[in-house]
Amino acid sequence: MSEQTPVKEAPANPPTELEKRFPGAVKRDERPGFEGHIVEVAKLHEVAAAIRDEMGYDFLSSVTAVDYYSEAPEGENFIEVVYHLYKSTGGGALVYRVQVPRDNAVVPSLVDLYPGADFQEREAWDLYGVKFEGHPDLRRILLWEGFAGHPMRKDWKEPYFEEDVKPFKNRWPEGQVYRIEDRNPVGKNVSYPQGFDPDGFQETDDPRMYESLERSSQDFIEQIDTEQVVVNLGPQHPSTHGVFRMAVRMHGETIVGLKPVMGYLHRNHEQIGERNTWTMNMPFTDRLDYLSSMSNNFGYALAVEKLIGEKAAPPERAEYIRVIMAELTRISNHLWAIGFLLNDLGAFFTPALYAIEERELILDIFEATAGSRMMCNYFRFGGVARDLPEGILPKIKDLVTDRLPRKVEELDLYLSANELVRSRGEGVGVITPEDAIAFSAAGPVLRASGVPYDVRRADPYSIYDRFKFDVTVRQHGDVYDRYMIRIDEIYQSLSILRQALKDIPEGEIMNGKNPYQVRVPAGESYGRVEGPKGELGFYIVSTGKANPHRYHVRAPSFINLTILEKMCVGQKIADVVVNLGSIDIVLGEVDR
Amino acid sequence: MTEKTVAPTVNSAGYDVPPELRQSVAITTLDKIWNMGRRYSVWPMMFGLACCAIEMICTAASRYDLARFGMEVMRPSPRQSDLMIVSGTVTKKMIPQIVRLYNQMPEPKYVMAMGACASGGGPFKEGYNVVSGVDQYIPVDVYVPGCPPTPQALLHGLMKLQEKIDRESITKVRWYQKDEIPAIPVPILGPDIIDPRDSAAIREMASRKAAPAAPAAQPEAAEAPAA
Ligand code: SF4
Repeated sequence: MSEQTPVKEAPANPPTELEKRFPGAVKRDERPGFEGHIVEVAKLHEVAAAIRDEMGYDFLSSVTAVDYYSEAPEGENFIEVVYHLYKSTGGGALVYRVQVPRDNAVVPSLVDLYPGADFQEREAWDLYGVKFEGHPDLRRILLWEGFAGHPMRKDWKEPYFEEDVKPFKNRWPEGQVYRIEDRNPVGKNVSYPQGFDPDGFQETDDPRMYESLERSSQDFIEQIDTEQVVVNLGPQHPSTHGVFRMAVRMHGETIVGLKPVMGYLHRNHEQIGERNTWTMNMPFTDRLDYLSSMSNNFGYALAVEKLIGEKAAPPERAEYIRVIMAELTRISNHLWAIGFLLNDLGAFFTPALYAIEERELILDIFEATAGSRMMCNYFRFGGVARDLPEGILPKIKDLVTDRLPRKVEELDLYLSANELVRSRGEGVGVITPEDAIAFSAAGPVLRASGVPYDVRRADPYSIYDRFKFDVTVRQHGDVYDRYMIRIDEIYQSLSILRQALKDIPEGEIMNGKNPYQVRVPAGESYGRVEGPKGELGFYIVSTGKANPHRYHVRAPSFINLTILEKMCVGQKIADVVVNLGSIDIVLGEVDR
Repeated sequence: MTEKTVAPTVNSAGYDVPPELRQSVAITTLDKIWNMGRRYSVWPMMFGLACCAIEMICTAASRYDLARFGMEVMRPSPRQSDLMIVSGTVTKKMIPQIVRLYNQMPEPKYVMAMGACASGGGPFKEGYNVVSGVDQYIPVDVYVPGCPPTPQALLHGLMKLQEKIDRESITKVRWYQKDEIPAIPVPILGPDIIDPRDSAAIREMASRKAAPAAPAAQPEAAEAPAA
């Protein structure tokens, strides 16, 4: 919650540190509610390099674009690319941004400074049409090559377009109710550019991907004079954890190149989010990382509350309930992750069955509190939707003091020392700490590489500063450590839960009434939590209207995948699924 | 037929079996015995699309136990499966693969649309990359409502499928007829998803946009400024 840039703390008008350092290239963002600096596009690369090397902001958390569009000719018409950076040693954010014209959106790429920007820049290109100059592989990432237009631009309308904001008029009783598909001549959710002829059409998606795969494995191709094989894993594959695809280029059994292909579950979360009202987005966040909906609610609630300010500060009891729910979510997510990692290791389904059994108990608690097993939709701005039901606290207490510790120990006992788990996990898919930071890896992936970075500690939010817990860290950065760190984290979560259950007070669960519509003042905010999969951030821009102007999710699963190719090259094909399993992705969050 | 029968579906063909033989002889119709074998060995495809797939896995796990219905054998290959549970949001990028998988399944094959998304687009219906219901491309046998459907709801859907199987007759089912069952044409990823079956309508629609008198509330052409 204390995300203040060091620059912002400077007294009102004298030039800030950045302005002094880069006279002329950097100016403060003066818009009300905005923070950070606007960087001259031509100087972006230079400034970014200096910020990384001199000021120590080595962790690029989020890159995203915002479209400021107005139909009036004198209105503001530009695309902004926003960068959020942190220090891997902890502390608040540094924000800078560049502004480019909409019809010529060209921005220098920062991939050479921060490899973690790779996928995020591709996403901005895909959805906003921002061209990143110098990006090694600027292809579409969520949609396919050949898709007409850049759909997140404000003047792009989807085929089922009804109105700019919700609730739609046809849902009002006095309006005429119609089915949107009846208005489309084909009766489907499709639209085509004018004069398009479907016959004789050639697909262009895959060829570009294979070209790129060949380019990245060029070194090997020249060195070794054998035939290379390309294998596609997915999108329907039992070990890709959903509809994820990897095109793998192999020399014998050794991987020489790997391109993740995603977007098979791209369900336009952000665009729908920008049409929804603020509260309407809450259930949608459930469906991001559908294994840990409570954590997603948490991140979104924090971001909006930060913008609303004091009026939406949750009362004590609500804070405790939030922490309890978030930590239970972490446990259930890690149980699932461990079970399915073991699946990938070849222990088909038995460990997963044991893990799911424990997860079910946690889901029962969610169902009792929120009404749904998976899609909890439980948090509200300024509290939680309803109080804990009677008799649930003793149940949670039983679970976290007795049953879960026992069962996790059991998993630990049977799995951690297991010969096969060790030999298939140790030394496989190693990520060095430098790489982990550079590639913006987060969560267990980062900590297993020896970087003790946990948002709960590095930049505490909610009431996490009250609890005693260790930031888990392991040193080898291999699959085995990424497995072990999840067990470690479960123990830490259990400890937080025990403390929270001891201290939870009686009282209100909402700050004021739970409103149907919230008023969010104009401005921007970036709220982040330590989700089970890593740093989950929500970047929102409000114009004071009933719905967000920009709603962006910094999805840990998505960004953690950036390093996948590097992890896998040089290893055997059988290790690919294990490497992927150890990152623990959920496609709802990868593709959004 | 007041005595206890061997199995609910057997010995109910209206034949009177002498009491001393009832323990060892069962008389039924070929349809019934054929359907009984099929209804207890539906092999679903191991294929998850989104959030609903998680509930599908939970259904298969020990608490809800799909094995009670003889359906626990999830096959990762379409060639070995009878039932495709479309468990999640169907996107335009994914639909060619889904259609391909469907075509690769051998007859008899069934499709279940699990959840709001697969049945009709669900919460994401308006999205530009979302297909509003898998039934726009492949035929669906059972729809299971919910977001996500609970495991109980999925089990209920599977029982409905069993009922549907029970009603089939070996003489009438499509896969024993003489005519070949045509494959469903695979959609193509163009400027938007292209269903080859619609190509005439698509050409029409793309040309009509030029005329100003387009039907009311026609969505605008999906052209963004070239970047
Ligand atoms: S119906 Fe709901 S739970 Fe199922 S895939 Fe769609 S959004 Fe997810």
